[in-house]
Amino acid sequence: MTTPTPGPTQTPTVRPRMHPLVVRLMHWTNAVAMIVMILSGWKIYNDDVLFGILHFPDDIVLGIWAQHALQWHFMGMWILVINGLVYLAYGLGSGRFRRLLIPLSPRQVLAEVADALRFRLEHADLSHYNAVQKTLYIGIILIGILQVISGIAIWKPVQFSSLIALFYNFQGARLVHFIGMSAIVLFLLVHVTLALLVPKTLIAMLSGGPRVDTNGSHTVAAAAIHRASPDTSP
Amino acid sequence: MSVRRPSTSRFRPQVVPERSILTEHRAVIQDITRRGLLRGVLSLGGLAMLTGCNVSDRSSVQRVLRSVSSFNDGVQGWLFDPDKLAPTYAASQVVKPPRFNAYYDVEDVNPIDISGWTLELAGLIQDKRPWSLQQIYALPEQEEIIKHICVEGWDYIGQWSGPRLKDFLVRVGADLGAKYVEFHGNDDYMESIDMASALHPQTILATKYAGEPIGDPYGFPLRLRTAVKLGYKNPKWIRAIVVTNTYNVGFWEKQGFNWFAGL
Repeated sequence: MTTPTPGPTQTPTVRPRMHPLVVRLMHWTNAVAMIVMILSGWKIYNDDVLFGILHFPDDIVLGIWAQHALQWHFMGMWILVINGLVYLAYGLGSGRFRRLLIPLSPRQVLAEVADALRFRLEHADLSHYNAVQKTLYIGIILIGILQVISGIAIWKPVQFSSLIALFYNFQGARLVHFIGMSAIVLFLLVHVTLALLVPKTLIAMLSGGPRVDTNGSHTVAAAAIHRASPDTSP
Repeated sequence: MSVRRPSTSRFRPQVVPERSILTEHRAVIQDITRRGLLRGVLSLGGLAMLTGCNVSDRSSVQRVLRSVSSFNDGVQGWLFDPDKLAPTYAASQVVKPPRFNAYYDVEDVNPIDISGWTLELAGLIQDKRPWSLQQIYALPEQEEIIKHICVEGWDYIGQWSGPRLKDFLVRVGADLGAKYVEFHGNDDYMESIDMASALHPQTILATKYAGEPIGDPYGFPLRLRTAVKLGYKNPKWIRAIVVTNTYNVGFWEKQGFNWFAGL
């Protein structure tokens, strides 16, 4: 076996991983912040329920009393919002959103939802999101933005009274904030289930996943497998 | 044929074993990672369950959470626009009687005997002579139909009237550059607000609800009503007002609630 000694013309450009380190850090920061927001939000909700029958058991909430839950919620919000803003700026600026999330056609979504339900969805190529993934990821980003807007409206209904008007009134903002939470919890269930069904996607969010060409969406994962076999001649 | 890229990891051996060995043992290797993954996920789930445990009131946790809460006080002070008015509503939307709330039940309200009541003044105020209720009734009144928003999440529309706190503070020669205005209730309840909110045009010393003197359960004879703070920053049964630059911890802040509590 020979140690490859690349010449000046052959200097390999290190292609970035599918999930660069900065994306992985932001993903897990968001995961922790989101869970803090959900669990503390449940405790805050319990003090004045929107739906008479619905209370969140004390065993699954964050905060012994409402004031603790409020403390967690108003700390988590900074992490969530700052991390979220950096993520959006990065996603838009680096071309990651353009590369991974579009184009997306409704017909494709319907066809692939049907495939997914029959466990026939292709996921050989991690670095290329299918239409179901694109829909879920675009949707959760939009819901995250909605949660921040409705959250600010609830926090500052006088200073930002125009935001309250978007949700009809203060209770309307609370209801939207609750529905947004429910959507995020549903997303989490689907997202975690799918990640566990296809564990390499979870590992990719830890270790970075396959290396990709950033100029196009096509993967080099297949090529990497070929390269892994020992080269006999340069 | 492309040149194999040298590994960037210092933990990766320079010389790798025969490819066939890896292929032969692939099933075992995958089994190991999957098992580890499963275990990892389970312990992560266990950790999530633990969050329900009592970590929130540990002193180290409280130190962090309360310092963020103080930081949020500063952010809210910065966000506060002294000229921004809260929405007002029609008289037909007013809830009668107002919603009762205190840190005890309505049966435990200790009504104020008006014969012995005066409003005491202290701190950075020039004229500290106490005020009788008749003197307060004689001041120009402002009526406001505003929302009361509780930190718990409920709200109702109320119709309050009484002198503007700003006018009152000017009249008694309070130091308007001081930081805090404290309201001491008859029930050992104290809450302070920032001077900017105290001077807001929708902050009043309420004596009436829907045109009638406030009922005993709702703060007779005098309570604070400000449209720019959460409900718990509106003390009832006021017996003293103090203007000060010293921060004294209020009733709910002692329990861990946020001080600024601005809307």
